[in-house]
Parts: sequence; C-alpha cells; structure tokens
Amino acid sequence: MADRRAPATDRRPSKRHGKQRTWPAFWVFVGPFLIGLVLFTFVPIVWSAVLSFFDAHNTVTPSTFVGLSNYVDMLTNSDFLQSLSTFTVFAAFIVPTTVAVALALALLVHRLRFAKAFFRSVFFLPAACSYVVAALIWKLSIFNGVRFGLANTVLGLFGVDQVPWLSSASPPWYWVALVTLRLWLQVGFYMILFLAGLQRIPTELYEAAYVDGARPGWQVFRYITFPQLRATTVAVLLLNLIAAYQAFDEFYNLMASARGYPPFARPPLVYLYFTALGSGQDFGHGSAGAVILALLIGIVTVLQAKLFGFGRKED
Amino acid sequence: MDDSPRAVGYGRTVRGRIGAVARYTALGVAAVLFLLPFYLIVRNGLASEADITAPNWTFFPTSLHWSNVTELFHDPSVPMARAMGNSAVVSVVQTVGQVALSSMAGYGLARIPFRYANVVFGAIVATLMIPAAVTFVPTFVVVSSLGWVSTLRGLIIPGLFSGFTAFLFRQYFLSFPKELEEAARVDGLGHWGAYWRIVVPNSLGFFAAIGVITFLGAWNAFLWPLVIGQDESSWTVQVALSSFLTGQTVNLHELFVAAAVAILPLLLVFVFLQRYLVQGVAESGIKG
Repeated sequence: MADRRAPATDRRPSKRHGKQRTWPAFWVFVGPFLIGLVLFTFVPIVWSAVLSFFDAHNTVTPSTFVGLSNYVDMLTNSDFLQSLSTFTVFAAFIVPTTVAVALALALLVHRLRFAKAFFRSVFFLPAACSYVVAALIWKLSIFNGVRFGLANTVLGLFGVDQVPWLSSASPPWYWVALVTLRLWLQVGFYMILFLAGLQRIPTELYEAAYVDGARPGWQVFRYITFPQLRATTVAVLLLNLIAAYQAFDEFYNLMASARGYPPFARPPLVYLYFTALGSGQDFGHGSAGAVILALLIGIVTVLQAKLFGFGRKED
Repeated sequence: MDDSPRAVGYGRTVRGRIGAVARYTALGVAAVLFLLPFYLIVRNGLASEADITAPNWTFFPTSLHWSNVTELFHDPSVPMARAMGNSAVVSVVQTVGQVALSSMAGYGLARIPFRYANVVFGAIVATLMIPAAVTFVPTFVVVSSLGWVSTLRGLIIPGLFSGFTAFLFRQYFLSFPKELEEAARVDGLGHWGAYWRIVVPNSLGFFAAIGVITFLGAWNAFLWPLVIGQDESSWTVQVALSSFLTGQTVNLHELFVAAAVAILPLLLVFVFLQRYLVQGVAESGIKG
C-alpha cells in the first residue's frame, strides 16, 4: 500500500519541475493487458447484461426488448432451480469431504521423517489429470455399470449385485462417481495449501504446549494446530465452494452419452451450456442465467468476507 | 523435518513407534488408491479389447499389446495427432502470452506512478469477483461475432488476459527490492530497460511458478475449448477425448492410450518442475 501511495505524493513536484512524465511508460506496461481485459471481460459482461433484457434466439444483435421477462422465466424455471439444488447437493458432499481428507493427508504427511516428498507427490499427482481424463477412467473402467467395471467387480466379491452407477436417477448412485472423481483429482491441491499453512506455524507454540503439559494428539491439534490453520481452512473452504459451483467438466463427461445428457444431475453451468449453446442458442435466457449465477456467487463471496473478516492473513 | 516436541519427545517410545507404523500404513493404503487410476490407464491401454470388456476382470491383462499405441495414431477416425498439436500451440502461446502481459501490467501498477493507477487497479480487482466460468456465454457472444469460432485465435486470445495473474504479479513486484531498480536508474536505464534487464532476470523463480500453473490450467481446460472447438480441426486433446467419451463409440483400448498420451506432457511437468508447481499452487491458492 505504502508503495503505491508514495508516487502520488511526489506527483505534483515532478510536474512543477518538468521532470519526466511517467504516464506513457505506465500505458506501455499496462495498456496491452488492459485492452484485452476490456475486450474479453468487460465488453462481454456489458453485452450479456444487455442481451438478458432481449429476446435473443440464435442472434447476438437482437431487436425485441422483453424487459425482465428472461429473469422471471429463469427464476421460475424448474430446470434452472433444479440445477441450483443439484449444486447444493454436490457442494454438501464434496466440500466437507475435500477439506477433511486434504487436512488429514496434510497432517499425516507433514510429520513424516522419510518418504515425505514421495507421499506429497503421489497425492498431488492426480492434479495432472484433466477432468476429462479422470471422467474417462471413472466412466469406462471404475464405475462402468456392467460386469467389467472395477467397482462392480469388487462388489461382486462380496456378493453384491451389479450397480448401474451412471445411468439411473434412483437411487442416485452417480453421486458416488462424481464425488470420488473430484475428491481424487483436487484433494492433493488443497493438501499442498494445508502443508504450506502447517509450515507457517511457529515451532515455539508446540514447545510451549509441551511445557504446559498439553497431551499430544487431539489436545495439541484442537488448541494449537487447528486454530493456527483457521485462515487456510477458510480459504480452502471458499475455493472449494466456488470450484464446485462452476463444476462442468466431470458432469458433462460422465453423464452425457450418445443419447444425450440425462434430465438429472445438471449443475448450473451444464444447464447454462445447454440453454445458451445447445440447439436453442437462446442467448437472452442464457445471459440472464449467467447474470443470476454471477450475482449468487458474488453474494456468497461478500457474505464470507463479512463472516470471516476476509479470513486470510496477508503474507 | 519435523522437530516439534511431539515428534522429538515421543518418537522413540513404543507408543510413538506404533503411531509411525499406523501413519505409514494409512498413507500407504491411500497412496495405492491414488495411483490406481493411473494404473488403470496403463492396464487398459496395453490390454486387448477382450481383456477390457471381459466379465471376469483381472488386475493384470492376459497379454500386452504395445501395438495399441501405433494403432491409435494410424486410426483416421481419431484425430489425436492434430489435437495434440492444437493443445500444444494453445497451451504454450497462452502461457507465454498470459505471463508476459500480466507481469508487465503488474509491474506498471506496482512501480510506475500514474494519477489514475488506482482506478485501473480497481477495475482489474473487480473482475476477480466474477468467476471465469460464468462468463463463458458472454465471451462466446463476443468471440463468435468476431468470427473466431473453431479457430486457434478463438481458443487462445480470450485466455490471455487474466486479472488474477496480473494481481499476483502486482503483489509480487510490490515486494521486489527497490534498490535493484534504483541502481539500474543510475546506470541510465528507463522503466523498460530496468524491467527486462534487472527485474525479470531476478524474478525467474516466480515467473516459472506462475507459468507452470498457467500451463497446467491451459492444457486441462475443457469448457472454453468445447464451446469454441465446434469443428474437428480445432479440437484440443480434451475436446477430442470428450467427443469419444460422450458420443461416437471407439475402441476402448485406443481411448485409454489416448488418455495416456493426453496426460504425458503434464506428468513430465510434475516430474521435472514440481518445485515451481508447488510454489505456484501456494501462491495462487492462498492469495486467491
């Protein structure tokens, strides 16, 4: 902050003494980036906000103004509301499990004396896979609903009948595939964040706890480690939630087939994709949906900032 | 590594040893589970079609078929070579371009006095509030009206301008030692010369960390390439794999070889550049 303010104070003298002007240099550095940001972020947002008030089927330069009716349609559309509840279910599964597993792995790995780098690498390695590749393995090998699927083979050893993992809405076994896939792929990423957080805890705190007779294990974790990880935990929770909100890749690749996408298990972005870019090319409703989703995530972000006081330490 | 009293004090006791055994056992089991999907790619990629679809699934395939690899690249219905080329071009150009553009912007914001710098910075921070994925419909509207659908331009250019990356670079340059640049000034270098000859060469670690994480994201990107790559000639690896996963049927063994080929570049990154990758995750995760 101080760095940015300093130049502002010597702006005036520099003008008076006819020193070098710095704004041309500023634009040489910032200009190219800013032009791109305006063209590919600000223009789309404004254009989309405009489209959301028009009837824009198959066109991006519509002429029929429809007011708020796209918004009313979206907010009363059961499919759109269904997509929000699909996200809620998904988040309720994936966020707590990811935080718990990432934290558990980080705690275990952090205190290793040897093979620490090996285990860290192994748990982080799935992040090299795209969601598409992971979906390929999950769909065609592990959670294949027929006998040659790995999960059904293992269940068969225990005498359990074959489970149609992805093709049936009731019971919704597809959640098992969706949640385990994302957990596998991203948990190492969050483990790295927790490991970085653990590294920042001063050793003196543990020494003090030891001197004070804190029992190692639960007590130390409860009163030293976990409170010290509070900032990291909040950051991981929020990153996780925002990522789950934007889930698309694994849903699309696991659920869609040559027969199309099933009517269930459609999170918000999948719904938006089919509305705006599917056969309908309905940019009016698609834009209204995008605006609503952006507002929802904005509200969540602001709420968390209020609740946790920005939750993160500046470092 | 860990010299906390807990580890020091209890490491040599019986209880400590049991704890260590339990810890390594738990991690060992977890490691096997985490590596299993990678094994499945290799297993199915080298197995015969019959081995993949046999009702009696076995851990090891009955025979290995290395010819599956050449078969994949000779199958005209699977445009894998083209898709790998597209992915390589898109990821490399996007990484280099994004790092160059946003590092310069970050430097300008951190170091060059300008009356409205705060306004510019505020506008960039505002874009961080909007998740990138939600803007895919609006961005598609703009890119399609430029006529960039199914082109490499359409795949690459919208991804060059990341407010988040510019923000990370600005924070980094704020903590860059000013003395080095002042020395460069004394030697007669302007902002441009100081940036390229002093600041960048002394920041290569940070550039590498951001570059590696950008490359990872670009290579694995799916939604935008799916939206833009409507023509087979502009498919990236992820879109090509997805089209076989969700639509037309293809030989399973070929598909698993394709998956192995698709993750190979990133496995190399993980093996050789992991230090930068871990740093990049910590930088972008905590501050994000």
